Amino acid sequence: MLELLSYSFIQNALLAGVIVSIITAIIGTLVVVNKMVFLSGGIAHSAYGGIGLTIYFGLPMLLSTSLFCIAVTVLIAMASYKNRENLDIMIGLTWSVGMSFGIILADLTPGYQTDLMSYLFGSLLAVSTEDVYYMASLLFIIFLIVAVFYRDILAVSYDREYANLRGIKTKFFYILILVLSSLTIVISIKVVGLILVIALLTIPIYISSFFCKNLLSMMITSAILSIIFTLIGLTVSYQFDISSGPSIIMSSSLCALIVFIFKGIKK
Amino acid sequence: MQLKNIIEVSNLNFSYEKQKVLENINFKIRENDFLTIIGPNGGGKSTLLKLILGINDLQEGSIKIFEKNYINQIQKIGYVPQNTNINLNFPITVLEVVMMGQNNLQKRLFGYKKDEKERAYEVLRKVNMEDSAKNKISNLSGGQRQRVLIARALFSTPKILLLDEPTSNIDISGCEQIYSTLEELNKEITVIVVSHDISVILKYASKAFYINKKLTYHDLTTMKDEFKSIDSHICEIELLEMLGRCRC
Repeated sequence: MLELLSYSFIQNALLAGVIVSIITAIIGTLVVVNKMVFLSGGIAHSAYGGIGLTIYFGLPMLLSTSLFCIAVTVLIAMASYKNRENLDIMIGLTWSVGMSFGIILADLTPGYQTDLMSYLFGSLLAVSTEDVYYMASLLFIIFLIVAVFYRDILAVSYDREYANLRGIKTKFFYILILVLSSLTIVISIKVVGLILVIALLTIPIYISSFFCKNLLSMMITSAILSIIFTLIGLTVSYQFDISSGPSIIMSSSLCALIVFIFKGIKK
Repeated sequence: MQLKNIIEVSNLNFSYEKQKVLENINFKIRENDFLTIIGPNGGGKSTLLKLILGINDLQEGSIKIFEKNYINQIQKIGYVPQNTNINLNFPITVLEVVMMGQNNLQKRLFGYKKDEKERAYEVLRKVNMEDSAKNKISNLSGGQRQRVLIARALFSTPKILLLDEPTSNIDISGCEQIYSTLEELNKEITVIVVSHDISVILKYASKAFYINKKLTYHDLTTMKDEFKSIDSHICEIELLEMLGRCRC
């Protein structure tokens, strides 16, 4: 098995898996504590529209899908900031409209053969070196933003009204968190795919919420857990020749189940 | 020495859509007052509070804080929002909640400065919660959590402490603790409490505003003597009605 590591596509897959694990842990923590999980679900599916555009016009996938997603996200964020009751409908709309848009564009693309399934469920072994660079720079940017604005983000997430009174630009940070999560979603397309990214954004965070007292420790714990799950998932996927994305999700949800039962018994 | 006016409200009118909520409100709050704002639901208590805090925009009249226009003075008010039990499971420690009270958040990667932490312990000591500093906020009882929020409001060393129904959903012993904490704090700063527990708060407060669209002012220091002469139990509803009716 060790000689596998000498292949560059395996190296890329491992690197991408680890980077995406860290990114999804940091952003997933913010998504979960801000109760934006379904919002992220909506964005994830609307990303399909971006993929459709990419296929139809032959654009670079990660970059143009990211831009498309950011546009959608800012739109939802502006519309839902004041009136969170609208949020449900907004999610439903972006979810289905984005996806339909993407599928129609893919249908219209002449001679298009690629399996759209790979975007839904990930294809880690197809990660290129450029993709890894893109992921690493996103990790760096997210790390920097969270480190510098940690307290503002914490204040906005915990008690938005109070943060507003203390002079924090809450709307800016609300949109920022959403934009970062949409970038995270797009980056995860290659690893676990659009549908399964929600699992990466929630399961490790759910597990660490049992043990962590604050946001920072939750991010770190989730990142470590996420890396472990990804590596286990990849190994399993190789050994049994099954898809990598679902293997990663199954390994993490199995762990979540064990923690859940264990905590239940202790109570 | 003449005590300074800390908040001065004159000719304040406010309406939502076409419905008038506050009508011709005039009052002055002096330094070291312990004021309670009471009145029926929908009477305009929260609206007045939001106007003072600058959450609602002023429509008519003026609000002066420290004898200046209120917009830039908001930071001198420590605010304790209503106990709504939102975000109970949020991963945050007591210490971090308290340090959220900082006005101009200092930029430091992921962390807090040592003097900020010391200051946080200091305010937690004032509300008797220093032992819980490292606990997760969700592990506290409602009364304890409310005292942490008071500490958060105190963090920026305000001259005024404004509390919106601090004892809703909190058991009796928790309420008593909160009010005695406020009484202690009142030795140094002005305390304004919007409250429903009329019978309890009247024991601690020195002044009361009854607000039902219009404002009725009561000086409780004289009234307390009257209460003492009544042996029998005073029903809260009767009390509220009495306060609303009379013009003392």
